[in-house]
Amino acid sequence: MALTENEAAAGIQISDLSYAYGAKKALDNLSFTVKTGRFTALLGPNGAGKSTLYHLLTRIMKLQAGQIEIFGSDLNRSSLTAMTSMGIVFQQQTLDLDLTVRQNLRYFAALHGLPHRGLEDQISNRLSSLDMLERADEKVRALNGGHRRRVEIARALLHEPKLLLLDEPTVGLDVPSRKAIVSYIHKQCQERGLTALWATHLVDEVLPEDDLILLHRGSIRAQGCVADLLKKHNCDDVAALFETLVLAEPVE
Amino acid sequence: MTLMPSPPIRRATLSPYLRCLWGIVWREGLRFYQQRGRFIAALVRPLVWLLVFAAGFRAALGLSITAPYETYVLYEVYIIPGLIGMIQLFNGMQSSLSLVYDREMGSMKVLLTSPLPRWYLLICKLLAGCAVSLVQVYIFLAISYAIGIDLPLLGYLALAPTLIVTGLMLGAIGMLLSTFIKQLENFAGVMNFVIFPAFFLSSALYPLWKMRESSELLYWLCALNPFTHAVEFIRFSLYLKFSIEAAGWTSLSLLIFLGAAIWAYDPQRGLDGAGRG
Repeated sequence: MALTENEAAAGIQISDLSYAYGAKKALDNLSFTVKTGRFTALLGPNGAGKSTLYHLLTRIMKLQAGQIEIFGSDLNRSSLTAMTSMGIVFQQQTLDLDLTVRQNLRYFAALHGLPHRGLEDQISNRLSSLDMLERADEKVRALNGGHRRRVEIARALLHEPKLLLLDEPTVGLDVPSRKAIVSYIHKQCQERGLTALWATHLVDEVLPEDDLILLHRGSIRAQGCVADLLKKHNCDDVAALFETLVLAEPVE
Repeated sequence: MTLMPSPPIRRATLSPYLRCLWGIVWREGLRFYQQRGRFIAALVRPLVWLLVFAAGFRAALGLSITAPYETYVLYEVYIIPGLIGMIQLFNGMQSSLSLVYDREMGSMKVLLTSPLPRWYLLICKLLAGCAVSLVQVYIFLAISYAIGIDLPLLGYLALAPTLIVTGLMLGAIGMLLSTFIKQLENFAGVMNFVIFPAFFLSSALYPLWKMRESSELLYWLCALNPFTHAVEFIRFSLYLKFSIEAAGWTSLSLLIFLGAAIWAYDPQRGLDGAGRG
């Protein structure tokens, strides 16, 4: 299949991005690329700037300096095109607890202007792929944290975005739920060409074949394919790499 | 590698905008229906005023003929437009509460990350709140009719477009207020400093000339209150009359508050401590 101009472009292209809360710098002149069709982990300890970056990527916060392009579309100037190709899973749970799972997805579909025709099947298929179809008519309030996360992922993928942004989606979940979610997103990248940017501070969620951006104190400490980075820094695993590049730094 | 199909760019057609509007109205309606307490309170509040307060004041308060009325009217009839305004005022403030709640619970992020323009999403929110207030108003009018409040039949129809303007205007005030409220707990202040003064310093309970008899200052405060004009706009519409002054001031207030609310709306608000990672 021939690639169109936009598809050939990077999934996310960030150039010279800086952000400060008053005098406190949260992001300091970041530039990086998230490749199309790849699972890219954005790894960093708490306070590294991951959520700030996500809020800028999702236009919740306004850019102060720098540029963000989504599949070649400037997020500021062509926000409609950029936002249409994006699915988002926020760190904070964002489902309406008093609506059912299906109603939450219907509401999201309306916000994205998805046509009614075929929508119910689309919702069922998406929920089914995350083993949540049986809970479709239950109120979200009745679901546990892991199941709520699955619903949020189903919702974020409902409009078939090319890019999925996930901000620490496994925080607070048990190990089986975490593994299931990590594995599901990897599968989406491998089989459907989804581009995923996965923010986390949990090193075991990053696989050797993934791409990695290591963020610390608002700036990038390393980026590239995990396997290459391990080799370059002579580390056995991501935990050792994280320790070498982040934890070894003196506390400010 | 299989590349995902590009999602359709839905810029040129109107239907995504209408679907989005329908989705937001549907959700607001569903939430209202599920919140039985809110539904009952919305009806009980004006009915208490109508059945208890108005009955008590009927004897004490004499009203001379005031436009749009062409003859003497019972006090119960006089305060109906004010009570309709009260329903919409409370509903507008309730919408503002719901905006703050959505912001705290995170569901506002879902709304604001829709690809449609933010100003449009906020207007849809206002229209949704307004639609809910229309349902409340007409249920209230049906009960009033059942207990013998006599209003021109065509007035019920003529009222609908007016209620949209007044509902949007009061909703826009609520939305503007929500931009200043950081946390849900701060909402009690809105009750004390917005709803009560707006209601009592208006023509909802007594005509402005009556207010002028007791205090010139209070009269001017009432005359400058946008809620007064909303109530008068409703009153004239109910009697199939049009007050350019009331309609003009209400529409102007709508434009000013709506513009200010959209301008001031900051999705970043409420992120303190939640997401500075």
